[in-house]
Amino acid sequence: MALLDIRNLELGIARGSELLPVVQGVSLAVEEDETLGIVGESGCGKSLTALAIMGLLEGTAVRIAGGTIHFQGRDLLALSPEERRRVMGAEMAMIFQEPMTSLNPVYRVGDQIREAILQHRSMSGRQAHQRALDLLELVRIPDPMRRIDSFPHQMSGGQRQRVMIAMALACDPKLLIADEPTTALDVTVQRDVLELIRSLQARTRMSVILISHDLGVVSETCDNVAVMYRGRIVEQAPTSTLFSNMSHPYTLGLLGSIPALDHDVEWLDAIPGRVPTLDEAVPGCAFHPRCFAAQGACRTVDPGAAAVSPAHFVRCHFPQGSSS
Amino acid sequence: MLIYALNRVLTLVPTLLAASFLVFMFIHLIPGDPASILLGDTATPEEVAQLSRELGLDEPLWTQYVLWLGNVLQGDLGTSVFFREPVLSVIADGAETSILLATMTMFWIVLFGVPIGIVSAMRHGSWVDQATSGGAMLFASVPTFWLGLYLILIFSVGLGWFPSSGFPSIADEGGASNLRYLVLPSLTLAAPNAALIIRLIRASMLDVSREDHVRTARAKGLHPVRVAIKHIFRNALIAVSAAFGFTFAALVSEAVVTETVFSLPGIGRLVVQSILRRDYPVIQGVILVIVVFYTAINLLVDLAYASLDPRVSLK
Repeated sequence: MALLDIRNLELGIARGSELLPVVQGVSLAVEEDETLGIVGESGCGKSLTALAIMGLLEGTAVRIAGGTIHFQGRDLLALSPEERRRVMGAEMAMIFQEPMTSLNPVYRVGDQIREAILQHRSMSGRQAHQRALDLLELVRIPDPMRRIDSFPHQMSGGQRQRVMIAMALACDPKLLIADEPTTALDVTVQRDVLELIRSLQARTRMSVILISHDLGVVSETCDNVAVMYRGRIVEQAPTSTLFSNMSHPYTLGLLGSIPALDHDVEWLDAIPGRVPTLDEAVPGCAFHPRCFAAQGACRTVDPGAAAVSPAHFVRCHFPQGSSS
Repeated sequence: MLIYALNRVLTLVPTLLAASFLVFMFIHLIPGDPASILLGDTATPEEVAQLSRELGLDEPLWTQYVLWLGNVLQGDLGTSVFFREPVLSVIADGAETSILLATMTMFWIVLFGVPIGIVSAMRHGSWVDQATSGGAMLFASVPTFWLGLYLILIFSVGLGWFPSSGFPSIADEGGASNLRYLVLPSLTLAAPNAALIIRLIRASMLDVSREDHVRTARAKGLHPVRVAIKHIFRNALIAVSAAFGFTFAALVSEAVVTETVFSLPGIGRLVVQSILRRDYPVIQGVILVIVVFYTAINLLVDLAYASLDPRVSLK
């Protein structure tokens, strides 16, 4: 049984009495000790999917309109708010895109880590303090004895993201959701933080969902990849399969958008056009207005998910690679 | 923190000097000769000339200012024309009432304003929020004399719980139980101010609740009440603390109507009566005291900022 099993998740933004769909029919599974990458442009629904898994949609305009999320065999969407809170921060934890603003500016980082520990573990203040020190050491913060009493504004972005990771690991979660954890950081720091997440995973055997817009980051880190476009998964496969046999034109477009460091190029092969807004109805395949391979059927018929190979699914009438 | 506090105190010196000069000039801004105004219409020219000499009005302006400032620093604010008493002791008589009234009013504002503000922010959009917002708007717009009269009607005349007017000093017979004289006036003054504080707490908390770190707090699995108080209200307090300070300072001068309705011997009523009596030294003295009071509150607000927000004191 998978650690996390999402079936046909539907999310909608409440606008007046209507729900505008933002995530449609998303099905994902994460096994223990496995890393899943979710890739896509801004607004494709990858972060909302993560917030839905974590249970943080409350207070936003986004509603869960359908589907199930099973975690360790339990249906999270059927839990009471209190039962849900016992999972949040304990068995499942999340780190966010903005390390600069994700910590409370008025409390010392040690207090914020201790709070995460004591919420779910019964231990003395002194034990929690020791645990917080251990965690800071684990995420390789230099001089944790001193840093534990720092305020967030006294730390750099990379250090704050490490503190966020320490906080997420406070109760040894089974699943860590990392929503663009390195996007706001300097390139050199990015690699350190990714490397840290990888080594922590190897050590604790937790599962990770890594959300990114960067196919390169995902290819280095993840076992499986799901590519999202406009609220749907358009391609999903084990990383090695995906990179050896990319089938969806959108996935190919994302790969083409990565600047190669060893080639000096004037132009990147960016995907033409833009993501249509939620209000714009796109008949047929949602990607066809921007697709280089679009043909007649793409404009009228929505392609369903089809298996290219046993573990490789793609939503495309004319998958690339295998046919050409 | 100590260096920050000392710095703040030093910056007050020029502010107070400028304010004292304006207060000093007040008596010279009145059209006509201050001495004849002080003495009224019936004074003879000899009396006017003598008072001018006594007040030093024949000296150059800057000499007068330096002499006046020297006296002020020694606690001599002049003599009341009406009471024939030192201005400082006239003000001191009213200060007890005003300070106790303002303190009790602040107590009500915090007691009612803070919890109601937190609840209406937590339940924003619900009927609870709409009811408190509606109530707050009502109390913010009701005139204090009307509210005061109604409270007298209900709680003094009707129920007989509290006295309707006056305030014997707590040093007099009755001691601290004399504070019951201030219950209705302080509630009257608290109503509009608590209403504003409720609106302010609600607005600041809604602002803070949209910040990223609140999502982090919720992701830890904290109870919503804990998130609201420890992570939202605590941060919103930084913005609200300034309002608390200035509300307290403003209460002293705002209390004029309330002091009149309840016949309280406070500073607000002293100012109004002194204006009617043309008792310029008292008016001048009260303005000076209020300026110093505001400055002191301002300093306290700055220090409160520094202790509430760790990002402030480091600079």
